[in-house]
Order: sequence, then structure tokens, then C-alpha cells
Amino acid sequence: MVVFDKPKSLADVPLHYCPGCTHGIIHRLVAEAIDELGIEGQAIGVAPVGCSVLAYNYFTCDMVQAAHGRAPAVATGLKRADPDNHIVFTYQGDGDLASIGMAETVHAAARNENITIIFVNNAIYGMTGGQMAPTSLPGQVTQTSPYGRDTSHCGFPVKVSEMLATLDGAGYIERVAVNNVKNVRNAKKAIKKAFQNQIDKKGFSLIEVVSTCPTNWGMTPVNALKWLEDNMLPYYPLGVYKDRDAQKEAE
Amino acid sequence: MAEKVLMKGNEAIAEAAILAGCRHYFGYLITPQTEIAAYMAKKMPKIGGCFLQAESEVAAINMVYGVASTGKRVMTSSSSPGISLKSEGLSYLAGSDLPALVVNVQRGGPGLGGIQPSQSDYFQATKGGGHGDFKMIVLAPSSVQEMASLTVKGFDLADKYRMTSMILADGTMGQMMEPVSLEEAAVADYDKSWAVTGTKCEREHNIINSLSLVPEELEQLNFKRYEKYKTIEENEVMYEEYMMEDADICVSAFGIAARVAKNAIAMARAEGIKVGMIRPITLWPFPVKAFKAAAEKVNSFISVELSMGQMIEDIRASVEYNKPVTLCNRAGGMIPSPEQVLEVIREANKGGNK
Repeated sequence: MVVFDKPKSLADVPLHYCPGCTHGIIHRLVAEAIDELGIEGQAIGVAPVGCSVLAYNYFTCDMVQAAHGRAPAVATGLKRADPDNHIVFTYQGDGDLASIGMAETVHAAARNENITIIFVNNAIYGMTGGQMAPTSLPGQVTQTSPYGRDTSHCGFPVKVSEMLATLDGAGYIERVAVNNVKNVRNAKKAIKKAFQNQIDKKGFSLIEVVSTCPTNWGMTPVNALKWLEDNMLPYYPLGVYKDRDAQKEAE
Repeated sequence: MAEKVLMKGNEAIAEAAILAGCRHYFGYLITPQTEIAAYMAKKMPKIGGCFLQAESEVAAINMVYGVASTGKRVMTSSSSPGISLKSEGLSYLAGSDLPALVVNVQRGGPGLGGIQPSQSDYFQATKGGGHGDFKMIVLAPSSVQEMASLTVKGFDLADKYRMTSMILADGTMGQMMEPVSLEEAAVADYDKSWAVTGTKCEREHNIINSLSLVPEELEQLNFKRYEKYKTIEENEVMYEEYMMEDADICVSAFGIAARVAKNAIAMARAEGIKVGMIRPITLWPFPVKAFKAAAEKVNSFISVELSMGQMIEDIRASVEYNKPVTLCNRAGGMIPSPEQVLEVIREANKGGNK
């Protein structure tokens, strides 16, 4: 009996991610969700610009590579082309989604666009070599904040989940992390629900996944996870920020 | 022919797009082309189509990119400043070899410019609508009827060659009303096996992508794309020759400028001046051979433009700098009068134009 196997929706190829990077875990969770929901033949993924740009090679469903930040707009087109048959998701980092693509993100949420967004927040631009991101923490040292992020000079990090939760259009917003087994399991549950919502035509779902970048944080993978727990999670608390269904039930 | 109806140019584009099977329109409002969006907003929901007002031009062109990836006919429209915003998307559409129709109802520029008609986006449309080596098929209607027929043609060429067709109109063409006959267009059956529509677990996944990190491979992709462009240059050139049989002088103009030029030519002919016109309908591919052939017969050329002189560079290159080419222009939203064009024709007739 097979007790552990590679998800069908994940290609059997080496991933290019750095050692200790959590993209691999998140890719796997997305692929597992697609497999378990039996939507691999309907799924269309949108890869961003950033570390996960090559995700189009890793997911075995149809894939589209989008311009920097534009994935939610591209996903809107993909979804509207055949709303009953396309299951559309984007996979985006913090620079892509919360900086250059903020308008596309906010308006896709405001429209209650029936898509699923996987938002990987590791508080840094990875692919370009570790620059300050919209989600970099106050005081965080990066290549473009070498003396630490000075909030009097360049402002504060964007709390994407909290912000999107204020929109009537947003259906389901949850922040999860992949720093330990319990959180990984919870992340999987959230991601699966975000896809299920789309299948059920419940509209916009976004899962923010707090993750690490050992390479550009300049840490070992283990220390990076510790840094995430000590610094990221207090600033970006995990939890459900919006669940229209649950709210309706409560009412 | 179908019955003629009186329509604005912008509306003719919208209705022709629907008749050509386009069921997805994404746009952002900007004068003087907003009638296209308004028409689509009214019609699309009634015919099972999708009109969506995007949050920006940038979002609109990327929504187009999304639908285009699925192989369905899709369009957006805008005017000059909005097209600048779309140029990122135009480059990605080219890099991913996706078919789409983009309409530019030009207004005066640069910057926010004005809202009156212009042709000053000629360079932008024909020389590069964004970063990287790429071309768009650029169609220049000169009547409301052509606004419709070139829209249909544009969709067909886009599908045929997997690239963007741009309708390069101007504020006058968009706003003016003329009788137009519209008919359901036959949609040719082009191969769409590259499209992303879900694998249905029946095939390998398709990838729509413009990233190519290996320079040798990216170079080959560019070579291949330019071979396609060469085929288009050989097969898809469209232009109108008007009174060129005995002409000593060749006027060239497109869009609204060609309408003005025709009046001036009639006036000049009445004075006994042998003048004709080449009206490019495809601005890319440019009718190079037609101009080159004309240069064998005429003494000089006049380029009538609503810009500081952009198409004139293509005319000069086409005639290989062997004949004088004079600019007759207005800019910033102004339109030359037939009298202004006539004056330049008279000068040319005296041999005064250099």
C-alpha cells in the first residue's frame, strides 16, 4: 500500500528553489488540494514574476505566466472565458501581489472574482536577491534597507489579509504558515477550502502563506523558521480574517 | 449586402466585433472611444458575452491576456494615454504569441494631451508597442464602414498569425456617423491546440509563457517570430490607390487625413494637376512595394498626417530617399484643411517641394 506519494498535479522534476525554501511545501499543498478535489483536468494556474515564476513547469495542469503583479487580472480573463469549467488559481509572492500588483489584487477581491489566490509572504524579494518588500518588517535588513527598514522613511508593511478582509467582495481570507507540522496541515486545509469555494461558486478566496527565505534572510533553514516564529507571526497573526459563509451562518 | 444603418465609428467597431464572434471585452474609460465600452456593456450581457470594466488599462489588457490564453476572441479599446499603459501587456501578448484585438482611437499627445483627433501614435503602433522585438498588425480605417470591416479582418489576422491586431483610428473616425452595413462574419477554423482550457486529463499541460532564460533559445523564438512577420509582409499588405494612373504627385495619408486629402486631390485635379494618392490600410505591414513602384512614376510625394510627421519616415524609406517627400500636417488635435493640402500639392506641382 502506498502511504506517501508525489501528488499527480506536481511534475516529477527537480524544483529550482533554494535549500530550506518553503515554496516546495506550498507547491505540494496546492497540488494535493487539486488532486483530492479531482480538478486537475479543469485547473489553470497563473505563475507570477518572482521566485515562483517557473511554477508553470511544476504544476501539471494548464499554466499561464503573467506579467509582474498582473496575475489576478489574467486569472479574471481565464475565469471569465469559461466560468463553469475553468478552476483558476494564482500563485504569487509578496512583491508581486502586494506591491506592483496591489491594484489587481484589491479589485479582483472587490469584484468577488471567483478565483483562488495563493499568496506566499516571505517578507522579501527573493529572485532579485533580497530587497525590501511591501511586507518586510520594521527594522528588517535587506539589500535596499541595509540599515533596517526605517518606517519614518519608507513606511510600514502591508497586512494584506487584514486589508482585503475589509472588502465586501472578498469571500474567504485566511493567513496560514508552513513552519511546523501543525501549521502545514492547517495550511493544507485552508488551501483546499479556497479551491472548494471556487468549485461552489462562492467567489474570491485568498490564502496568505507566511513562509521563509533562508537565502536572502541570510539564515540556515532552521534559524529562518525560528525567525519566522519570533518576528513574522507576531506581526502577521495567523487565522481566518474573512469567511462569508461562516458569517452568514453566525447571523 | 445587409441593410445600411447609421452608426458612430466606435459603435461600428463594437458591433463588428460581436458579429466576428468576440464575446469578451475588457476596458477602461477614456475619451474619445468610450462608446465602444458603453455599447459592449449594453450588448454583451444579452448575448451571453462578458463586458467587464477593469480597474485600469493595465488590468484590462491582462484580462485580455487571460481570455486570449484560452483561444477565445477577445478585445480591448482605449485612446493614446491608455495604450501607453497597455504596452506592457502588448509586449507579453507578443512574447506569448497570443491573438487579440486592440483598438486605439487616437487623441493628441504627448502626456494627457487633448481629446481631439490625432495620428501621433503611429510610431508607437508600428515601431513597437512595448519592450522587445515585436510587431502588431496595424489597420487604419478611413470610414465607418472600414471601422467595422477592419475589426472583422483584425480578428481573423490575429487568429491566423497568433498575434495582436491593432485598429489605429482617431477621434474623428470614432465619433463620426456614416451609413454602414454589418453582417455576421464567418470565423475561420484556426488551430487552437495551444490554448489553456484545462487538460481534461487527456493531454500534457499547455503553458502560455514569454519567459525564456536560455539566450540561444530566446534568439530562436525571435527568429521564428520574425519569419512569421516576413510572411505577413508578403501576404497581408492592404492599401488603396486613388487616381495614381497618370499621377505626377503622390499624396499619402491614412484614416481621416486620407478623407481630407481626397478632397484636396479633387480640387487639384480641377486645376489640371495630376495628383493621386496611396492610402495605406495596413500601416504594418507597410505598403513598401506600392510606394517603391510609385517612385518610378511620380516626381514627388506628400505625406498628410495628424502628427509632426511619423508615417513620412516609412514613405522615405520605401522610396529609398530617391524622391522628395514633403510633410503636410497639423498636430495636437488639429486637422489639416483640404485647402492646406491643396497648397502643398500646388507647390509640389511647381517643383517647389524638396
